[in-house]
Amino acid sequence: MKLHIQAHSRITPISAYAHGELVLNNKENLTFNLFGKELYRYLTVQYPKFFKMDELCQLAFLGTELLTSHIDHWDGEKVAIVLGNKSSSLSSDKRHYDSIADKNNYFPSPAVFVYTLPNIMLGELCIRHKITGENTCFLMEKLDAEFMHTYVKHLFEVELYQYCITGFVDYSDNDYVAELYLVSSQNDTDTPLSQNFDKNFNQIIF
Amino acid sequence: MEELKDNLKAAIIEALNLEDVNAADIDNDEPLFGGGLGLDSIDALELIVLLEKNYGLKIENPEEGREIFQSINTIAAFIERNKK
Amino acid sequence: MEIYSVADNITSPLGLDTASNHAACRKGVSGIDKIHSSVYYPEPFYGAVLKQDLKKALSGSSESSYTFLEQLFIHSISDALSHTSGLNKQRTLLVLSSTKGNIDLLAKDYKGTISKKRIEMEVMANAIAAHFDLLHPPVVVSNACISGLSAVLTAKRLIEVGLYDHAIVTGGDILSEFVVSGFQCLKAISDEPCRPYDADRKGVSLGEGCGTMIITRNKSLAKNPRELVRVLSGSQSNDANHISGPSRTGEGLKLVVKRALQHAGISVEDLAYINAHGTATMFNDEMEAIAFDAIGLGSTPLNSLKGYFGHTLGAAGVIESIITIKQMKAGELIPSIRFQNMGTTKPLNIVRSIKTISACEYALKTTSGFGGCNAAVVYKNV
Repeated sequence: MKLHIQAHSRITPISAYAHGELVLNNKENLTFNLFGKELYRYLTVQYPKFFKMDELCQLAFLGTELLTSHIDHWDGEKVAIVLGNKSSSLSSDKRHYDSIADKNNYFPSPAVFVYTLPNIMLGELCIRHKITGENTCFLMEKLDAEFMHTYVKHLFEVELYQYCITGFVDYSDNDYVAELYLVSSQNDTDTPLSQNFDKNFNQIIF
Repeated sequence: MEELKDNLKAAIIEALNLEDVNAADIDNDEPLFGGGLGLDSIDALELIVLLEKNYGLKIENPEEGREIFQSINTIAAFIERNKK
Repeated sequence: MEIYSVADNITSPLGLDTASNHAACRKGVSGIDKIHSSVYYPEPFYGAVLKQDLKKALSGSSESSYTFLEQLFIHSISDALSHTSGLNKQRTLLVLSSTKGNIDLLAKDYKGTISKKRIEMEVMANAIAAHFDLLHPPVVVSNACISGLSAVLTAKRLIEVGLYDHAIVTGGDILSEFVVSGFQCLKAISDEPCRPYDADRKGVSLGEGCGTMIITRNKSLAKNPRELVRVLSGSQSNDANHISGPSRTGEGLKLVVKRALQHAGISVEDLAYINAHGTATMFNDEMEAIAFDAIGLGSTPLNSLKGYFGHTLGAAGVIESIITIKQMKAGELIPSIRFQNMGTTKPLNIVRSIKTISACEYALKTTSGFGGCNAAVVYKNV
């Protein structure tokens, strides 16, 4: 089966890129809360739930907005998401611990606790993009392209997926990265990229 | 009572991360759930925490919350009724 | 390629090996108790924790270089491996699942000596892989409550593509203040031991434990060939509905069951038994009943094991798969304890007392979790 990378996005504390082209520079060195909001406004998205998400989910959300803007419609059952992540839901985990550190001021927050799992970011993407296929979150030190390639390729072969969002999204103490790839078995026209999906897919050259 | 309602609105906007919503946008009678604010079951649980934290009022059963959280008016009435 | 589960271990409040856990379930013993300890929560609650005597008997317990969760993993893996022979470590992968890993190390008042780096699950998994002299970097899955089944499926897939011959699949989570306080604020914890599918159910009871399955393409690894089952097929999906509430229609669960059966090449009539998720929250159990009814599984014998183990989160898929396999092998289904009156709008055939079944060729294990995820695996008796 021939698999292509149709689109790519990358968000770091420095900038946001889509398909190798600069979308937004973080010129003023803003924290993620502000830079993420700026990017959200820049993309003119209308999705109030964005502001309820934790940083990890917001990051995955923004990266996926950049990644899928060329897609009008897909059959959600034939779309999968397979992401790598290192720090799990660390920032929400800390927030939850802060809320229970003082026994005299013990108010764990439901809105915080529901984000204390790394796969919640995949759940948020599924809701936003109506994706009902497999969604799996692997914890890894950094993007293990060889492993992800093997896993994703097998998924296409055995489960007949048409699209898969893959890559690495991590957020910890204001250090962050979202590096996403839209892999497809479809011969769509007018896709931002049309690169081979192989085990070195993260060494993409634009 | 009006002051209580204004405080409530500000607290709700903050606790529920209602970006782009101002206190003045929320009508005292407006349904909080199923309406324009887009609140869901997690928000309802968060409101339970808010009432306990800010007003010392405990709601044990989320079902009870459904009645209380209909609107700003019903929440304010609940707080007034249970004031110590 | 045929993939087998050849050996296993359950380490839970009910015992430190599979046999003792299975025996406890058959006798109707539950690991859930009232817990009065502010270590977990300021007020008493119901949950399932390992008692001190079991903690001390863990094979890794004398080594202070491991956290409690790591000791559970090490004990469970050691015992599971002892039921295999001829496993080549160079061709073996560790697949670990957990929802919160060593989250207790992140507590402000943590005073232990273990490096906080081990909060990162990959770092923890590396320490465990090193303990067993495994060469390959472990794979870590964290898919909320479906993590255990995700790990089983991941292992199956990576063996199928030829990367490995064997996988040690281990799922574990501990009960912690972090998780108890979180589920309490979601008002999801029952004020009595949980009662899956019952009309008066009030929510979950949380549990802790670890389950390990040795999954391989080589069935001769089994010391006891009577324990063999095939990991036949499986699938995963998302409801795309809500991050913490189950779908009202059960679409995601329906999809994974349909796909798992399709991959297995069998129909709903072929399933002798379903081990479902059954957390005992109002919405989860109702969602499952709607989904199973809609695809014609309303009359298939079904149970939930949460009444015995509590909800063991990242371990649940593995621990419950193992008890599923033991029931298949014994030809005897365990009751869904504390179930009295049907509490879902669609009927399910809940196992109420020990039930002998003549043949159990195929059994289905399902889980659903936060983030809207669902997973299903079909096991085949051999």
